This record gives sequence, C-alpha cells and structure tokens, in this order.
Amino acid sequence: MSEQKKVTISTQNLAIGYKTKTVAKDINFSCNAGELCAIVGINGVGKSTLLRTLGNLQPKLSGSIRIKNKDIKEYSSSQLAQELGIVLTEQPSSKNLTVEELIALGRHPYTNWVGSLSSSDKMYVQHSLEAFLLNDLRHNKCHELSDGQLQRVLIARAMAQDTPLILLDEPTTHLDLYHKVQILKLLQQLAHEKQKTIIFTTHEIDLAIQLCDTILILDGTKNPFGEPCKLIEQKHFERLFPPEMVKFDAKTGSFKVNK
Amino acid sequence: MKEPKIYRISFLLLILALLFAWILNISSGSITIPFKAMLTVLFGGKVDVDSWNYIIWNYRIPKAFTAILVGGGLSISGLLMQTLFRNPLAGPFVLGISSGASLGAALLLMGTSLITGFTSFTFLNDASLAIASSIGSFLILLVVVLVANRIKDTMALLIIGLMFGSITAAIVSVLAFFSDAENLQRFVFWSFGSVGNLSAQQVMLLGGIVALGVLLSILSIKTLNTFLLGENYAQSLGISLKKSRLLIILATGLLAGVITAFAGPIAFVGLAVPHLTRQIFDTMNHRTLIPAVFLYGAILMLLCDTIAQLPNSANVLPINAITSMVGAPVVIWLLVRKRKMLF
Repeated sequence: MSEQKKVTISTQNLAIGYKTKTVAKDINFSCNAGELCAIVGINGVGKSTLLRTLGNLQPKLSGSIRIKNKDIKEYSSSQLAQELGIVLTEQPSSKNLTVEELIALGRHPYTNWVGSLSSSDKMYVQHSLEAFLLNDLRHNKCHELSDGQLQRVLIARAMAQDTPLILLDEPTTHLDLYHKVQILKLLQQLAHEKQKTIIFTTHEIDLAIQLCDTILILDGTKNPFGEPCKLIEQKHFERLFPPEMVKFDAKTGSFKVNK
Repeated sequence: MKEPKIYRISFLLLILALLFAWILNISSGSITIPFKAMLTVLFGGKVDVDSWNYIIWNYRIPKAFTAILVGGGLSISGLLMQTLFRNPLAGPFVLGISSGASLGAALLLMGTSLITGFTSFTFLNDASLAIASSIGSFLILLVVVLVANRIKDTMALLIIGLMFGSITAAIVSVLAFFSDAENLQRFVFWSFGSVGNLSAQQVMLLGGIVALGVLLSILSIKTLNTFLLGENYAQSLGISLKKSRLLIILATGLLAGVITAFAGPIAFVGLAVPHLTRQIFDTMNHRTLIPAVFLYGAILMLLCDTIAQLPNSANVLPINAITSMVGAPVVIWLLVRKRKMLF
C-alpha cells in the first residue's frame, strides 16, 4: 500500500472477562480509518464483553487498548465520548423519545450545559437522519418503530456523535435478511465514505465475509484476525463450529448444514 | 431535542393558569372576604375590616406560596425519580420516600416520649420535625438506590418500595399504640398533610431548600436527558454515572424530604404530575419538562388546597385525601387509556 493508513484502534494481548473469570485472552487486532470490521464467534465466547471492554464500559483484565495511538486510560470520559460512539443491544430506557430527540442526544458531548443544539449540531442530526433514511420518521416516537427502524435510529445517534470509531453490539439481531443487509450496507457506506472505523459483533458470518474489510474470529485463545479471504485461505472458519453439524464452504464463503 | 421555544404559548398559558389558581386559592377560605377587598389588600391597600388584612397576609398568602412550593417541588422530585429509576410509576410516595419521612416524624413525635419518658415534648419544634423527616426520607432513598443498583427489574423495585412503606407503616402503628393521645394526635394531623399553618419564616426556609433542590435539578438537565437512553449509553456519552446519580438523588431527597417534613406525606402529586404535564408538553427534554412540571404541580396543589378549604365552610379537609382522589384516578386513566405508561 502506498499511503500509510491511520490506525484508529488496536489491542495488544488484551484479556477480557470478569473478576472471577477470564472470558477471552490474547486478543490482538488493529483497525484503520475507513474500515468495517466484524467480530464473530460462537455464543458465549465473549463478543459482547469484548465490545463493552473496547467501549470502556467494562474494565479489561490485562493487555492494552490504544485509540489513535494513545492508551484508552489516558482519555477522560468526555474526551473518549468524542472518539468512540457505541450502539448496544439494550433498548433506550425511554421509548417516548422522538427519533429526532434520540439522535440529537448523540450531540451531547458537544453541547452546552443545558444541551442546546447549535446550528452545526442540527446539521449533524440532519445528516444522520438522511443517511439512515429516517427523515420521514423524525417526529415518530421510538415505541412506534419497528425493530429495524429502531436499530437505524440507534446507529444514526452514534453517527451524530461524530466519532472516528463506532462500536456496535449485534446490530442485526431480530432483523430479517433484507433489513440485515440494509443495516450492514449502511455501515459499510458510513465506514468507506466518512472514513470511520466501524466494529460490530455479529452471527451473520457469511454476510460479514461479503461486506467487511477485516474480521476478528473470537475463539478465546488464538483469536485470528485479518481480511476475510485470508481467513478463508487459512481455514479458520472451518474450526468455528463442530464439523459434524455445519461445514464451511470456502468457495461460496458460507456455511452448509451437514445432512 | 426539540427546541423549547415551540412551547412558548403553553408556558404562557400555564403561567396564567398559575396566577388564576393563586388568586382563587387566596380568595377562598373559611372566612368569606369579598373579591374586591381582597384585591385591595393584595395591592397594598387597606380595608376597613382589620382581620381581613391579617388573614390574607399572615395566613392565606403564606399558605398559597407553600402550596406552590409543595406542588412544584414534589412534581420535580417525581420527574427525577422516573428518569433515574427508568420507571414511569416512580414517585416519592410509591418508592417509600414519603414513608421514610413519616417514620422520621413518628419516631420524633411519638418515639422520643416513649424512650425518654417525657409525656409532653417540650423542645420539639418544627425545625426538628423537618430534620427528622428529611433524614427518614434520605435513608429510605439511599436504601432504594442501593437495591436499584442490584436489581435491574423495575417492577421489583416498585414492590420493594411498597414493602418499605408497609414496614414503616408497621413501625409507626407500633409507636402509635404505645404513644399518648397528644403526640398521637400531632402525628395524625401531620400525616393528613397540610400546606397551611406555616409561618412566613418557615415558608422562606421551605422556599430556600426547594430552590436548592430545583437548582440541582436544573444543573442535572443534560445528564437527565442522556439517562433517557439508559445508563450505559449515558456513560458512553461521557457522563460520570456516580457523580450525576448522586446529584440527582440529592435533589430528589432534598425536595421530597423537606416538603414531606413541612406539609406531611402528600400522595400522588409526584407520580401523576409528570404524566399530566406530558399530555401538554409532548417532549422528553428535561429542559422543557422541569419548568413545566413545576408549574403544573403548583397549579394542581393550589387547586387541591382550594377544594380542601371547602369554600364557605369552617372545615378544612386533609389535603392528602384530595390529592389521592385526584391523583389515583389519573394514574388509572393513563394506564387504561394508553395501555402502557411510557416515560
């Protein structure tokens, strides 16, 4: 590559988990600006724990997380809010918020003490509304939205936060195939066009292979990381599930049920 | 968030309604004072009947201001609790905060005479009553917060609040059983709730503390708004959870505790007013809601007190009965009509 890409986030020998139990260790990866990265792995392997740890919502056990070549611990919480936006699986506490109100909350790190929106804040909100096809829904309450719409609203809020890094925990669960693809396409577009680093956890491995620039396969010990085609070549996906149940087809990049 | 200027007309109407309720409240009472005479007194004039001057300046005006402080303060405290506990049914009464204040008051009024053996309590004054019930409500609030941190289920939290209410009620009835008639009567009258009988000095003290509570709430506006997303999201937006939670709890405890101390445990205002306010102000932005809820609560309390005065009668009904009669149906109506209470 001719130009050196900007590293947004990297981890060295990161171990995650809880006081009593290590969930996964030796996690090493790094993502550049403009990249869409998926974290895949079986249920309970610690995808959400990893995401929450990267988002500084949960303390790491050991190793380091660096954001823009600075250790995450060196950021104050308000500085970090301008570097890193997050979309969790939990729904907003108040579903009485309108779409526009909820997205505008993403501007929180930039607004004054009562949260007045400046004209540039409003512009960010407007851009997010448009990018996620929410303009017609802007005055709707969140409890009136479908799962797919609400997910777009939550991602749009993270986009309005205007951070170089966005983390999403399972943004495609509960959605049908069309809406899964829609969300992932929007994320890809956001990463490539706005030069953001977007990391998300998912069970949609075949979609991730098609759409992502890099994939981290979380298995708790080796945690292979790299471009999808390289991971396929190295036969990492084959080891993800017990082969007597599902088989990975390297040609199509998808899983097949063993009949 | 929607800009507050959209609601300018609603605010203007609320302020006018407040003014109207205030005048209505002052003009009603056990002694009939002609409206014209009352206006003369209000604007600093003198009327022939001396007692009218006295009644208006020393009784009715302090009472009206107390009603404003009590209604507004309790409503803000209810709003803060609903946001903090992510629960549309939260309020000072439901979560047992008022029961805590009752326990404090009961221990002071009836418990001390039991322990010390003094039948009449000579050094008892209103300040000590206020302090005792504030401590009581703060303690219960702290316990509720500790429980809320461990239990994420909001329904469980409400049930625990109700249980605290039952426990305190039990202790209070034990105290009442052993207490002498005079102290028991004082406690019963306190528990009826009343916005009257406060001296100008006491009203100023109440006003000062309510102002402090409101100020803390105003400082928390931005945090409260992010809490609408949930605590994890609030944290990811750069909010320090511990600090901001403490500030909100302090504001709630001050408002609910001190108001209950001075006016007795007043039911349903804190729970119902935020929901009623959202019928007019269709927003979740606390920047709009805090002033709106204060105004709405003040109006409701003035009206409830006006009803409690039973115009043209010497009797005064317990205000707690009136607020329950107004508040409880409102909660039922909201639940039935909207199917689910959103906050």
